Amino acid sequence: MEHEITLVVNGDARRVRVPGRRLLSDCLRHDLGLTGTHVGCEHGVCGCCTVLLDGLPVRSCLTFAVTVDGHEITTVEGLAGPDGLSPVQRAFAECHGLQCGFCTPGFLCTVTALLRDNPAPTDDEVREGISGNLCRCTGYQNITKAVHRAAELLAEET
Amino acid sequence: MKPPPFEYHAPRDLGEALRILAGVRGKVLAGGQSLIPLLNMRLMAPEHLIDINRIESLATIETTPRGVTVGALARHSEVEHSGAHPLLGQALRLVAHPVIRNRGTVVGSLVHADPAAELPAVLAVLNGSVRLARDGAAAGDAPLVRDVGAAEFFTGPLESAVRPDELAVSAFFPALPARTGTAFREVARRHGDYALAGVCAVVTLDDDLRVGSARVACVGVGPVPITVDVTSECDGRPAATVDWAAVTRAVREATEPEGDIHATAAYRLRLVGVLAGQALSEAAREAAAD
Amino acid sequence: MTTRLFGEPVQRREDPRLLTGQGRYLDDLGADALAVAFVRSPHAHARVRDIDVTAALDVEGLIAVYTWEDLPERVGRPLPLLIPHPALTHGRTAYPLAREIVRHVGEPVVMVVATDRYLAEDACALIEVDYEPLKPVVGLEEAAHGAQLVHEDVPGNVGAHLVQEVTSAAGLGAAEAVEAAPHRLSFRLDIERSASMPLEGRGVLARWDGSDLRVYSSTQTSTSVRMAIAAALGLPLPHVEVIAPDVGGGFGVKIVHPWPEEILVPWAAMLLGREVKWTEDRREHFVSSAHERGQVQHVTVGFDDEGRVLGLDVSILHDHGAYTPYGIIVPIITSTQLLGPYRIGAYRVEFSAIYTNTVQVTPYRGAGRPQGVFCMERTMDKIARYLGRDRTEVRAVNFIGPDEFPYDQKMTFQDGRPLIYDSGDYPEMLRMLKELIGWDDFRRAPGRGIGIGCYVEGTGVGPYEGGHVQVTSDGRVHVSTGLTSQGQGHETVFAQIAATELGVPIERVSVVTGDTRRFGYAVGTFASRAAVMSGNAIALACRKVRAKALRIAADALEADPADLEIADGLVRVLGAPSASIPLSTVAVLANPLRYAFDDEAARATQFAGAASPDRPPVAEGDEPGLEGRDYYSPIRSTFASGMHAAIVETDPDTAEIRVVRYAVVHDCGRLINPMIVEGQIHGGVAQGIGGALYERMVYDGHGQLLNASFMDFLMPYATEVPHVETAHLETPSPLNPLGIKGAGEAGVIPVSAVIASAIEDAEGIEIDRMPISPSELFELRH
Repeated sequence: MEHEITLVVNGDARRVRVPGRRLLSDCLRHDLGLTGTHVGCEHGVCGCCTVLLDGLPVRSCLTFAVTVDGHEITTVEGLAGPDGLSPVQRAFAECHGLQCGFCTPGFLCTVTALLRDNPAPTDDEVREGISGNLCRCTGYQNITKAVHRAAELLAEET
Repeated sequence: MKPPPFEYHAPRDLGEALRILAGVRGKVLAGGQSLIPLLNMRLMAPEHLIDINRIESLATIETTPRGVTVGALARHSEVEHSGAHPLLGQALRLVAHPVIRNRGTVVGSLVHADPAAELPAVLAVLNGSVRLARDGAAAGDAPLVRDVGAAEFFTGPLESAVRPDELAVSAFFPALPARTGTAFREVARRHGDYALAGVCAVVTLDDDLRVGSARVACVGVGPVPITVDVTSECDGRPAATVDWAAVTRAVREATEPEGDIHATAAYRLRLVGVLAGQALSEAAREAAAD
Repeated sequence: MTTRLFGEPVQRREDPRLLTGQGRYLDDLGADALAVAFVRSPHAHARVRDIDVTAALDVEGLIAVYTWEDLPERVGRPLPLLIPHPALTHGRTAYPLAREIVRHVGEPVVMVVATDRYLAEDACALIEVDYEPLKPVVGLEEAAHGAQLVHEDVPGNVGAHLVQEVTSAAGLGAAEAVEAAPHRLSFRLDIERSASMPLEGRGVLARWDGSDLRVYSSTQTSTSVRMAIAAALGLPLPHVEVIAPDVGGGFGVKIVHPWPEEILVPWAAMLLGREVKWTEDRREHFVSSAHERGQVQHVTVGFDDEGRVLGLDVSILHDHGAYTPYGIIVPIITSTQLLGPYRIGAYRVEFSAIYTNTVQVTPYRGAGRPQGVFCMERTMDKIARYLGRDRTEVRAVNFIGPDEFPYDQKMTFQDGRPLIYDSGDYPEMLRMLKELIGWDDFRRAPGRGIGIGCYVEGTGVGPYEGGHVQVTSDGRVHVSTGLTSQGQGHETVFAQIAATELGVPIERVSVVTGDTRRFGYAVGTFASRAAVMSGNAIALACRKVRAKALRIAADALEADPADLEIADGLVRVLGAPSASIPLSTVAVLANPLRYAFDDEAARATQFAGAASPDRPPVAEGDEPGLEGRDYYSPIRSTFASGMHAAIVETDPDTAEIRVVRYAVVHDCGRLINPMIVEGQIHGGVAQGIGGALYERMVYDGHGQLLNASFMDFLMPYATEVPHVETAHLETPSPLNPLGIKGAGEAGVIPVSAVIASAIEDAEGIEIDRMPISPSELFELRH
């Protein structure tokens, strides 16, 4: 049986019919064509599929699309502003915080929320904040650096 | 790794949820952070899934002088940031990762009853309880409710006292008496992993700052959280002069860890003693400062 | 403004796309494709008696179910043995779908095609395979005893046995040299399995239009996948194109090809006339993609009072899993690269490649080097311990001197060529490392130790790579090369090379990799070879283009080509900057035209007066267009090197191990982009930390992989990886035009050796087995 749901994705209300078992990650990627959200493990450990649900980072592979009917979702495609890359995205580029880029959307969503809640995190807070996201390429050093840099860029903006 | 098909139910209120549970055999979905991985791996194939995420009346955290009642939809992160209970806060910071805690629920962790998880140990050490409700249509309209104490609630690894037609609607964590300190210590392979072993401790001092009561609950060293009352081993001494080695011996003797791919039984036994000593002395210090 | 970009930390050109969700990975393509899932063997070793698909036929959306019986003869053959070797006397590869026998948990048995992956998995769950379980062969030494066989016709489970021996200057063999040495030690070392584990699994998408096949694969080699598909499906090569889209990490596992799915998915697409896609999920990746590292080593070493190694005799059991599609590259690399930066008196190494009923073993970043380095560096530490000498002193007395290059180790390397080191400066590197970590000032205490590890890495193996460079009439430079990218920043570094060689702003350069439509001749991305191979090929191609541009510009400017330079996209007369012509115009003039499609093009048409009527518009031996193609094919590998040191603390109560500091000195010749090189090192070290302290593949006695998930296969998070301090030494390679060496694998290679060295120092307990967990350290203490 299929369910008709509405997801407000990156500000746009999107109606879609899904079976109850449709994972939010698959709904975003395959029903709505937003393939920026990646799927790395489908058991909630790698964090590649992290999106913002009503502003909070969550695993889209551990969420059924139908459960979040009517809610707001921000994916990596929605992070950039009208003026271009967000400070977090710019910081990742500046600090070489990505290599293959597969884990990157999950990190960007996680870090965007992290810095909103804690605009000037310590090194330990950064590591704790990104500790649920796996990266196999960077060794995290430049990601950590990018989070601090993003905090600086955000502070400059405000 | 895609979940198997199931019939999806999205009750709007508690009564509807309980009526569904009375009629079908299925799994309850709250945060889903433990359930959905099992579904994705097809290690579980329920015919029905009862999604309680729309029942807003369950998304509550109520604090009274007696303690904190956490509703079935209160997320880990909400409870963590509510500051409702010091030990819950200490434990929640050790539960998985922040992103998981945004979705996972406290009651869901209790019902999942993983013996390596932190929250069952907290409920156990505090002698808390879980409120279970089932449909009351047969006996009138109101749901039938029973409170199950922690000692009876955890019945085995991944097994709890929740019956198939019941919904765990809330958990109650008793408040701490005066001059009480708490601590949660664990060792995990990676930050955020299930603990190889962990100990949460509650120590209450009397007016003379002697140990009046001391309890621990241990995770990862038995089929359920292992609670040990070590008050008598503390021998009514001031915390500073307690023979913690004797106390931790008692804790070790109460546990029966098993080995697995991450650690041997001997190592876990060693850990639980070390961590008990650390958690108890830290709790005692905190109690003295209280 | 300078256009000299070689050596600069240029920001990556890939990033804007990848940061905004606009990257295109395999599963992002083919939105309407049919989905494939596989029934995979739950047994490590079994005979397939019967397959009953009846129950699956009712699944809504089911399109097709295939078993080995359904495959045409050509498709159903065993997969190719990619790298034959005379010592691989019993090479064995799998069938694309199991034929009669399954030899590891996860081997594909039935292929299901459905309208989506959920339904395909539903159908898989309903297919009943009747297995007759056979006794599994698990455990390297048990397998080597040969009581049970993985392949009935492979006695003793030995796929390959290879001995290499180098005698001492005095003509002694290793055993004699050890015997004659003043001191001797013998010991055994163990290294467990890990895996590449990229965050994107493998995947294949195929589209057949009736005459042409286009395949997308998450691969490290699109050109070779193309040839493999053409061969298996009997298609003419020009009718097959293979494209590696954005690839979410490779680390070795994606160099293996063709994977069963790379044959089966295109075959199904042709048969069904529909687009077909398979996206590997994580559980599949654990049990059906490759693993690496597992070895048992027996070492005997003889040395003098200073710790100089006079004889070294190493015997290796190498766990090859169930099949050997990639030949014996991994143990060959272990055997040869074990020698590191040292001059060893006499050396004998033998290995046996052993079959077990586990996932096949093929290269994972480092590719056998971590095991070899672990062996040699443990040996150095044991010698130092025995003699009571500083561990760095013992290494130093064994170093090859900076004036001894080229240095011939007199072995045969993985490319079949002599193991001759081209350049390096090991004493200077050690000095830099000691300074960086503060070796001489380190204060040892119980539970606090320092460790060191040194390595030499043969990089940039042949046979060749090529580059094509085209300047179009808009002044843009289009670079293509056949090898693939998985996050190494090729679009950036190759653009840096082209921009520098051609004197154009980097913004005008675009780079395409791994697309056989653009470049058909290539080998692939592995063995830290991309920068060396394609980097040099692109530089050579640019030089051809540059020469042609100067020749055409010289004509137009009535100048001598020797008096011209290119900067900022302008060809200028040296010393007369006003006399110049844009490269875009040169590109127009390079292509004599009949038709003017725009104003710029009009300058090259027949009545525009640009060409002399006395010569053919395209001179003999010349070609239209401002483009060039060239190849780089090295005589042999170039040898990068590095030394790492770490300080660790171990908890006296919980035996937890914390890496407090980690320092790397690294020499990959000339750096193209130091930011990217450092990123490669950081990532490598993190994988090394994983291999040293967290990651292992745990098989039980039944051949079941007990930790086939990210919950139990412990890849480190940010909270587990130390900060890495780096310093660079640059000894250019004399072997290639750019003087570069590979950097991709460097970070991972010595980490297990370094961590073992540091833990041993902290604990005073010999560490002979990696990885090591707190539980294992606890057991060693008691």
